[in-house]
Amino acid sequence: MADLDVKVFRFDPDTDDKPRYDTYQVTYREGMTILDVLFYILENLDGSLAFRYACREAICGNCAMYVNGLQRLACKTQVKDLKTTELFIEPLPSLPVIKDLVVDLDSFFGKYVSIKPYLIPAESPPEKEYYQSQSDRHVLNEAVDCILCGACYSSCPAVWTDEDYLGPAALIKAFRFYADSRDGAQKERLDLVAHEHGLWRCHTVFNCVEVCPKGIDNTSAIQYLKKQAVGRALGMGVGKRAAT
Amino acid sequence: MIYHQVLVVGGGLAGLRAAIETGDKLDVAVISRVNPVRSHSVAAQGGINGALANAENGRDDTPERHAFDTVKGSDYLADQDAVEIMTHDAPIRIIEMEHWGCPFSRTPEGKIAQRPFGGAGYPRTCYAADKTGHALLHTMYEQAIRRGVQVYEEWQVQRLVLENGKTRGVIAMNLITGQLEAFQAEAVLLATGGAGRVFARSTNSLIVTGAGQAMAYKAGIPLKDMEFIQFHPTALYGPSILISEAARGEGGYLKNNRGERFMEKYAPKAMELSPRDIVARSIQTEINEGRGFGDPGAGGYVHLDLTHLGKEKIMERLPAIRDIAMSFAGVDPIEKPIPIQPGMHYTMGGIDCNADGETVAEGFYAAGEVACVSVHGANRLGGNSLLETIVFGQRSGAAMLRYVMGLDKTRQGTIALEAALREEKERVEELLQRDGAENPGRLHEELRNTMFYKIGVFRQEEEMREGLEKVRELKDRVKKIHIAHKGRRYNLDLARNLELEGMVEMAEVIALGAITRKESRGSHYRLDHRERDDANWLKHTLAYRTDDGPRLDYKPVTITRYQPEARRY
Ligand SMILES: Cc1cc2nc3c(=O)[nH]c(=O)nc-3n(C[C@H](O)[C@H](O)[C@H](O)COP(=O)(O)OP(=O)(O)OC[C@H]3O[C@@H](n4cnc5c(N)ncnc54)[C@H](O)[C@@H]3O)c2cc1C
Repeated sequence: MADLDVKVFRFDPDTDDKPRYDTYQVTYREGMTILDVLFYILENLDGSLAFRYACREAICGNCAMYVNGLQRLACKTQVKDLKTTELFIEPLPSLPVIKDLVVDLDSFFGKYVSIKPYLIPAESPPEKEYYQSQSDRHVLNEAVDCILCGACYSSCPAVWTDEDYLGPAALIKAFRFYADSRDGAQKERLDLVAHEHGLWRCHTVFNCVEVCPKGIDNTSAIQYLKKQAVGRALGMGVGKRAAT
Repeated sequence: MIYHQVLVVGGGLAGLRAAIETGDKLDVAVISRVNPVRSHSVAAQGGINGALANAENGRDDTPERHAFDTVKGSDYLADQDAVEIMTHDAPIRIIEMEHWGCPFSRTPEGKIAQRPFGGAGYPRTCYAADKTGHALLHTMYEQAIRRGVQVYEEWQVQRLVLENGKTRGVIAMNLITGQLEAFQAEAVLLATGGAGRVFARSTNSLIVTGAGQAMAYKAGIPLKDMEFIQFHPTALYGPSILISEAARGEGGYLKNNRGERFMEKYAPKAMELSPRDIVARSIQTEINEGRGFGDPGAGGYVHLDLTHLGKEKIMERLPAIRDIAMSFAGVDPIEKPIPIQPGMHYTMGGIDCNADGETVAEGFYAAGEVACVSVHGANRLGGNSLLETIVFGQRSGAAMLRYVMGLDKTRQGTIALEAALREEKERVEELLQRDGAENPGRLHEELRNTMFYKIGVFRQEEEMREGLEKVRELKDRVKKIHIAHKGRRYNLDLARNLELEGMVEMAEVIALGAITRKESRGSHYRLDHRERDDANWLKHTLAYRTDDGPRLDYKPVTITRYQPEARRY
C-alpha cells in the first residue's frame, strides 16, 4: 500500500477560533490500525495532537472516533479495511470537542447513570450465589458486552435532534438489568425509560446497530422494552423475560 | 488545595473496590487518568480463581488446595500467610461480585461456572465467557455509581507527598486543562496497576506504565521482587494482544511447525496447562531451535490450535478470542490455528506492602498489580490477579478506614504539599522549556526493546549487563528529551513524557534485581544459573532509591505450612 494521506480534525478552544483540518503523510506498514496512525503522527510529525486511547484491543471503549464517515474504534480499525489511502479522522459527531479528537462524554454518561445502571435485587441475597439458568444468562449475552464507547450515541439521529434523549447505550443498559433474572426493579426500570425522551424517541434507524464495535443489536433490545412498556400499559404486568 | 479523607489513585478493580469499602463512612475520592471503565482491568479475559467447588470434577476443591497451588506456582516465593488470606477470602469476594450483578457464565444448575486454568488442581477459575475483566470492572463501576463514589477523571497523579514518614497527599495534573493541583488526604492508596509497558511485546494496555511504582520509589518506599516479570505464553504474533489461557483451559493445543504437541516434551502431565513460565519457555525453545514459524528476526511463532474444539464451543466460551484473532490477525480460529508467541504480561513485583495494603509509610497503602503483598511470588497463576484486586482492594479499604478513624490530628502537611506543588510546576515548566535533542518516542522504544530482549524470557549475566548499561545510558538521555508541544490543554506529549523518567528507573530496578539474583525461580530464568537456590535466594528483593541508582536489600519469605519442594507438572 502507498503512503497514507491523513486529514485530521484539529481544534484547541484555548487558542483556536475555529476548527481546521491538518494533513499528514504517514508511511503505511502491514497491520496498521487507525490508532497506530495517530501515534505515528504524535511521535513523529505533530506532538500537539490529542486523542484518547488505552487498551488497543477494542475492549476499553476509549478511542471511538469518526473515521472515513463512520463511528469506529481507532484501535480496531485496520487501515487496509478502509480500502483507500485517504483517511479522514474526526471526533465523534454531535458531541462537544475538548480538543482535536477528544470529546466531552458527560451527557452520555449522565444519561447512563440516570437509568440506574446497577443490579437492584428484589430481596436480600442468598448465602451463595443467585442461581441463574444458562438460558436466563444467555438473554444477557449481547447487552453485557457494551463498552460505553459512545459510538452509537454519536450516530443516532434522535440524539442529534433531542438533547434529552437517553440514547441507545443507556437503553441497552436498561434492558441489560431489566432482563436480568436477578433484578427486582422491572417496574421502576420501565418508568425510567418509557417516556418521550426514552424508548418512544427511537425510530429504529439502526445506525447504532451498524456502528456498534461489539455487534450489539441495540434496536431489538429497545423494541423489546417498548413491547414490555406497552404490555404494562395494557395491564399485562411486567417482568416476563423472554429471549429477544 | 483539594481535601479528601481518603484518596484512591486508580479506577481499576483494586481502586474501585477500596473506594467502595471506605465510601460509606469517609469522604473518599478516586483519581484516575482515564474513565474507570477504561482501566486495564477491563481487558482481563480468562477468569478469577476461587474454591467455589462448583464444577462437576471440582467438588473437592478448598481454599487450602487453592493456597497450595498458588504457593507451588509461585516457586515458593509467595508469602504463605498472605496467600492463605487471599484464598480464604476468594469465595466471599467472588460471591459478592455476583450479588452485585456480575454476569458470570453458569453451570447447568445455574451456579457460577468454573474452568480449568494452568497450575490449578481443579477447575477453579470463575468466568464470564472470555470477558471476565470487562464483566467485573463494569459491575464494580456500577456499584461505585450506586454509592455515589466521587471520581476525578482524566487526572494524572505525578507525585506522592510524604513528610517524616507520614502521608500528606498527592500532586496531580488535570489532563484536560493541564493544571497542576495539590490533593491533601489522611490516607492515600495507590492502585495504579502494573508496569507492563516498560517492555516491548507487552499484552498490557498502553496506559500500564508503572507510574505508581515509580512514584512510591521516588518517595522512598521500597519496591519488592521487581525482577519477576511474567511472560505469557500466548500473545498474538504482531500486536501482542493476549490470547487468554482460557483457550488452553477449554482444550486448545500448542503445536510446532512439525504439527507436534510439543508440551509433551516439557511437561508430560499438565501439558498445555502447565504454569505460564514453563509454557512460555517451552514455546520460546521451540522457536529458538527452529521448530517455529515465520521470521525468527520478528520473534517467530508457534500455533495455538482450537479447530478441534468446534464452532459451538468457540462461539460460546471464547467469543472474544475469536473476535481478536479475526480483527487483529485475520484468522478465524474455528478454521485455522492462531499464530502466537510469548509476550510480557504481568508485573509480579511492586510496592512492598502487607495483606492490609500497609507500607512503611503511615497512611500510605497499595493494592492490585502495583502492590507486592506477595501472593504471586516468582510466578503468578492465571486467575489469581483479578482475585488479588478485589481481595486486597477490600482489605486495604477496610484498613484505611480503621486508620483514619483513629487519627487525632488531621489536615496536616499543608506546607509540604504547597512546596511539592511548586516543585512539580517547576518540573513541568522546565521540561517544556528544555531545548533537548532527544525524541521521547524513540527513547520509549529503545527502553522497551532493551528490556524485552536483554532481560526477557531467558536471561544471562552478560546480556543483562548490556541491558542495564543501556538503561543507564537512557537515564542520562531522558534528561535531554524535547517536548514538541507547549500548550496545556490535553497535551499528550507532555503527559506521556512526564512518565518517562520513572519508567527508566523501573527498568533499572528490574535489571539490577535480575542480575543480582543468581538462580532461576519461576519467571526469572537464567541460562547461567538454571536451578532454584533456596539456600541463598529464598528471599524477597527490596529496592530502595538512591541518587546513584537502586540499593538492594532482602527480606525473608513467610512460610507457614508448605515447605519448598521441586516444582514438577
Ligand atoms: C490482556 C490481559 C488479560 C488478563 N487476564 C486476566 C485474567 O483472566 N485473570 C486474572 O486474574 N488476571 C488477568 N490479567 C491481569 C489483571 O487484569 C490485572 O492484574 C488487574 O486487572 C490489575 O488491576 P488493578 O486494579 O491493579 O489495575 P488497573 O486495572 O490497571 O487500573 C489502574 C488504574 O490506575 C490508573 N492510573 C495509573 N496511573 C495513574 C496515574 N499516574 N494517575 C492517575 N491514575 C493512574 C488508571 O487510570 C487505572 O484506572 C490480565 C492482564 C492482561 C494484560
